[in-house]
Amino acid sequence: MKKLIIISSIYLALLTTASFAKELIYSFPTIKQERQFINLIKDLRCVVCQNQSLAESNADLAKDLRAKIYELIKANNSDQEIIHFLTSRYGDFILLKPPIKAVTIILWGAPILFLLGSLLVFSFLLKKRTKRFI
Amino acid sequence: MEVIIKQSKVNFMVWRVMPLIIFIVLVIFFVYSLKSTQETQTYILENKPLPNFKLPFLEPEKQRAQLFTPKILHGQIALLNVWASWCLSCEEEHIFLMQLAHQGVAIYGINYKDDLQSAKKWLTELGNPYKAIGWDAYGAAGIDLGVYKTPESFIIDETGKIRAHYIGPLDENAWLKLSAALNKIGLNLEKINYN
Repeated sequence: MKKLIIISSIYLALLTTASFAKELIYSFPTIKQERQFINLIKDLRCVVCQNQSLAESNADLAKDLRAKIYELIKANNSDQEIIHFLTSRYGDFILLKPPIKAVTIILWGAPILFLLGSLLVFSFLLKKRTKRFI
Repeated sequence: MEVIIKQSKVNFMVWRVMPLIIFIVLVIFFVYSLKSTQETQTYILENKPLPNFKLPFLEPEKQRAQLFTPKILHGQIALLNVWASWCLSCEEEHIFLMQLAHQGVAIYGINYKDDLQSAKKWLTELGNPYKAIGWDAYGAAGIDLGVYKTPESFIIDETGKIRAHYIGPLDENAWLKLSAALNKIGLNLEKINYN
């Protein structure tokens, strides 16, 4: 069992380095720009393949968009500027994390609501139980 | 006394069934959302100027101007259609576009990431519904228009603004839906350039 864990972790480590190596075809003059590129493509959706990020996808459009983002970073655009560039064309759909807006408030609020609701039920049940023992 | 016991029994039942009810409501919600996102044909109403593309013509010999730019579409309600010869549903849509062109609708094309020869062959074999076609060999205009799934169509008003973005192959049904939606915001597709 221990052996299996070690082998599989080595395998996983190799996999991640391989996928990073693929992304480093784009060379940047500064490490800061390189980081910006890697961070951006991780958080953007490959629009044709739904639940893959731009970093993971090999779709044609993902390649084009990576090239476009590379170009924009080289032209010294900030993260906000690049994200604005993309959302004004493809909409919020291109963001893997939906932004907090009037339409998405239920989505972001639901976990908190569920937590509060379950705490309420829990405290109600607890009270009932203590009453019984008294 | 008996009444009170019954009441608490009912309460207990409701609490027991609650998770099941929540589960069923969630399942209905998820199935509904999954179905609505799976729909291949959708449109988005918009109101923004066309991006400033400058493309070579696919058939330069037929054109007087030098480049395919948003200026060409000005002064009329027009349909801008993004297509490619490698795109199967474009072929499916093509029959309807021919019909629209025959009715007098001003259709302009952007040939998206295509090979020049096969695009031209496609047009001679199937017919050409377009008034003019820009050749977007590298997909730059496609990115500026937010194209991700050919065919896509844009309704452009007289002032050169995008009023609707339609994703997927157009057909009679979609065209009627689109006309109805645009009519509500004061753009009459019936007035589209019939000449």
